[in-house]
Amino acid sequence: MKKLNYPFSPEAVRELKVGDMVLITGKLFTGRDAVHKYIHDGNKPPVDLKNQIIYHCGPVTMKDKNGKWTVTAAGPTTSIREEPYQWEVIRDYGIVGVIGKGGMGQKTLDACKEHGCVYFHAIGGAAQVLAEKIKSVDGLYLEEFGLPEAIWELSVEEFPVVVTMDAHGNSLHKEVEASSKEILKTVM
Amino acid sequence: MTKKVAAKKVAKKVSPKKLDSKQQTIESLIELIRITSTVVPNDVFKTIEAAAKNEVKNTTADYAMGIIKQNIDLAKYKSQPLCQDTGTVIFYIYHPPGFHQTPFKELIKKSVTLATKKGYLRQNSVNSLTGENAGTNLGEGHPSIHFYEHKSKEVEVKLVLKGGGCENVSAQYSLPDTGLSAGRDLDGVRKVIIDAIHKAQGKGCGPGALGVCIGGDRADSAYYAKKQLLRKLDDKNPHKDLAALEKDIVETCNKLGIGPMGFGGKTTLLSCKATHANRVPASFFVSISYMCWAFRRQGVVLNKNFAIKKWLY
Repeated sequence: MKKLNYPFSPEAVRELKVGDMVLITGKLFTGRDAVHKYIHDGNKPPVDLKNQIIYHCGPVTMKDKNGKWTVTAAGPTTSIREEPYQWEVIRDYGIVGVIGKGGMGQKTLDACKEHGCVYFHAIGGAAQVLAEKIKSVDGLYLEEFGLPEAIWELSVEEFPVVVTMDAHGNSLHKEVEASSKEILKTVM
Repeated sequence: MTKKVAAKKVAKKVSPKKLDSKQQTIESLIELIRITSTVVPNDVFKTIEAAAKNEVKNTTADYAMGIIKQNIDLAKYKSQPLCQDTGTVIFYIYHPPGFHQTPFKELIKKSVTLATKKGYLRQNSVNSLTGENAGTNLGEGHPSIHFYEHKSKEVEVKLVLKGGGCENVSAQYSLPDTGLSAGRDLDGVRKVIIDAIHKAQGKGCGPGALGVCIGGDRADSAYYAKKQLLRKLDDKNPHKDLAALEKDIVETCNKLGIGPMGFGGKTTLLSCKATHANRVPASFFVSISYMCWAFRRQGVVLNKNFAIKKWLY
């Protein structure tokens, strides 16, 4: 088990490789379809994403009577929908990590290698285990996109993920797809 | 297995005596939604536990299965949704002759709205034309409600919550399929099912469970495939050929090495349940409904006061 602690950096994530099980402690920013489209359309993100991690997640959030937010369910959403945009966000705003599920494609993999970024796979469906790792909600941006689509600034402790695309051009998704295809030929 | 204990304990709290039958029905349905959203059925839990034991220790597959098991425990303990995507809400109601469907439908809608307010369901139903989310989980075609008349005097309500990730990797094939060399026979059926699992990789939040229908028109085929998800994972298909196909699909797909979340590993599929429906000579559809590991299915028998008498899974 490896650990990645805040502040993050391209150097630190370049140490990680495909298959590493990692516990992340520090800051995450959620961002999914609407946020990526917004940045792609030429808008500047409302937070400085330099050396930060983006989490593809539409959390279930509740506001208590004092106006304090808590996250009650926070599993990853399917990442491939951000494939057209992710490489630009990595290039232009310097993010060093993307958390999601299902993996991403070649453009993102190339951007990870060029700029020093990794793709972390969280366990799909594990909304309760992952919400437990969120220790505080520190900010809410672009609320007008609706709560699941907004940017949530979260503090997490030992958030469990697996590196499935590293900064050296390796992708577990590509490997498993290829190896299972070989087996597929023999069982058909 | 503490699930049933928890469910029964809560069910007992519901007192049928002083409530009118409408109020009682709503309470029973909310409780059904709560348990379905937060607790996996016993048969699914057993299968996941066996799959978890089977993975090689200290691999990413083992790690994923460990977190899945933790999540199952935590969701039950906190009575919060297993997954934030609480899915399409699908009711199957079996009732005696003379039962009034329309008022029951209205009570289901009320219960779904209330269960959403309580956080057992996410605000998850979107108007496909306008993109509007009313926040109630009600709208054109949602929730999905199916009624069936049966001989018993009791009302049975079954519920499936079907998330979007696994619905997106579900598939329908038309035989013959030239690219896969899949003909109009059971071997062709087998090929397209295995192809669907290969295409899905880890994207449906595997290890998954399949419902399959061989034949039918496009609509019925998809409907019957999904309805197979009501079967317990440890049951046995009375039809010899279908039983053999189900076993073969699970064993073969687990050789592909896709594994939990597509990380690579031993368990790609937890189960496969298949049925068949007649087709016209010109068509041969095979429909595959993929369910994620967070297999949310539950059911209740209601007593004459509409309180929960018995849990079905």
